Amino acid sequence: MLERVKDIASSFMLTELVKGLGLTGRHLFARKITVMYPEEKTPASPRMRGLHALRRYPNGEERCIACKLCEAVCPALAITIESDQRDDGTRRTTRYDIDLVKCIFCGFCEESCPVDSIVETRFIEYHGESRGDLLYTKPMLLAIGDRFEAQIAADRGEDAPFR
Amino acid sequence: MNDYLARFQGYFQGQANDWLGPVWGPQAFTVGRTLAMIVMVLVPVLLTVLYYQLVERWVIGWIQVRKGPNRVGWKGVLQPIADAIKLLMKEQVVPSGANKVLFMLAPILSVAPALAAWSIVPFFPGWVISNADAAILVMLAMTSLGIYGIIIAGWASNSKYAFIGSMRAAAQMVAYELAMGFAIVGALMAGQSMNLTQIVAAQQTPYGAIGWFWIPLFPLFLIHYIAGLAETNRHPFDVAEGESEIVAGFHVEYSGMAFAVFFLAEYANMILISTVSPLLFLGGWLSPFDVSFVRDAGPAVSWLAAPSVLWLLAKTAFLMFLFLWIRASFPRYRYDQIMRLGWKVFIPVTLVWIALTGVALMDPVAHWPVLRIWFGR
Repeated sequence: MLERVKDIASSFMLTELVKGLGLTGRHLFARKITVMYPEEKTPASPRMRGLHALRRYPNGEERCIACKLCEAVCPALAITIESDQRDDGTRRTTRYDIDLVKCIFCGFCEESCPVDSIVETRFIEYHGESRGDLLYTKPMLLAIGDRFEAQIAADRGEDAPFR
Repeated sequence: MNDYLARFQGYFQGQANDWLGPVWGPQAFTVGRTLAMIVMVLVPVLLTVLYYQLVERWVIGWIQVRKGPNRVGWKGVLQPIADAIKLLMKEQVVPSGANKVLFMLAPILSVAPALAAWSIVPFFPGWVISNADAAILVMLAMTSLGIYGIIIAGWASNSKYAFIGSMRAAAQMVAYELAMGFAIVGALMAGQSMNLTQIVAAQQTPYGAIGWFWIPLFPLFLIHYIAGLAETNRHPFDVAEGESEIVAGFHVEYSGMAFAVFFLAEYANMILISTVSPLLFLGGWLSPFDVSFVRDAGPAVSWLAAPSVLWLLAKTAFLMFLFLWIRASFPRYRYDQIMRLGWKVFIPVTLVWIALTGVALMDPVAHWPVLRIWFGR
């Protein structure tokens, strides 16, 4: 009986609503967690799976040996590879396309690669403005690799003890 | 201040008589004076609406531990201007199945009463467009008319969601209009007048904030504010919009300027509720420190006891902030809960409290020790 009277009294005094307002009122003055994106960025993991890149050896030779493991493992069928024998007798790709519209950024291509050629970088700030812009071809992927090589090597080095 | 205003008006009155003669001069002066007052009230109201929605986004952002809009201009202060320009330049889409006349009429029917109700709101003794003796009736009539805009918008859109939203809004408004009316009846009984200026004057006691009606009429004050939330379709009573179930409710089909007009009506109504509630229950322009020891404490302190339009603005600002605070805090009511609260809680409570107020106003009771503060005149 007394409980019920207390219940009714507290619901008429709006105690729970006032408590709720108190909680949100404290948050009003809390330190804000917003990250002002283009100026500030959240820290990224060395394992981050962003834009793809094709790497080269330090002597400038491309790593890819056209084994096509990445093409086989790709669950989204986003990779297309054609290969041929180069003049020096080595097997090389003549075409290496990644359709980023299909890609699901699972990282299987990177894991399957025996020579650490295809990798996913930390870089995520790219876009396409018309159809086909997100179909990345071999020269584009090699250029991305050249551009971010230092970062890619550092990330692989940092992650190597856990592999 | 009122002295200067009287001299200012006198000058124009003389000019009008000189230019247009004794027959048309006074008429022209009255029309001109009314127009000037309308501009003086509505321009600040519209600017407040413009910036209220920016403050709303800020406050909700801060409560959610975000920063809120801060890109357009310094700290985002130009955001409402950018939004207004965007809405002005957007295409006005009229659905093919819509009743075009009613569709375009609905936003106007919604915004006109919201703005017209400001005609009876006094900001200080004499600072009112129309010092009507039935001011409260005008206000109730105007806030009730606003629902037609919403119903017609839902009907004319020829859309299920808009129709459901407007039906919900209509049922909800009927339920809460009653509670709000009863809450206002309590205030007008205690103030012995339907004139808002006189209701505020009745709250002038030697006890400062304690003498206002919010203490003896506390349940009515709460119900007036909560019913105001429901009347303006604000959180937690915004089932008429119900983004998660019926997209945007009655204004789903509206775009561009017509949408902006609905938006304006909603916010003008919110500001109106936040202005009328202090007039009825929180002493309007009276100072909360209007007690003898502050008044006699010397010029450094005594200005705190003086009535001022700034007190009214401060009270209004607090209640406007409470609108946003409540929106950021509470989940939306379920529809049957809204109906239960309106019919089974608010209306009985207000009726009982009106009866109690009536008793408290009777001759011997009104002069009893504590009740004397508010009712012993």
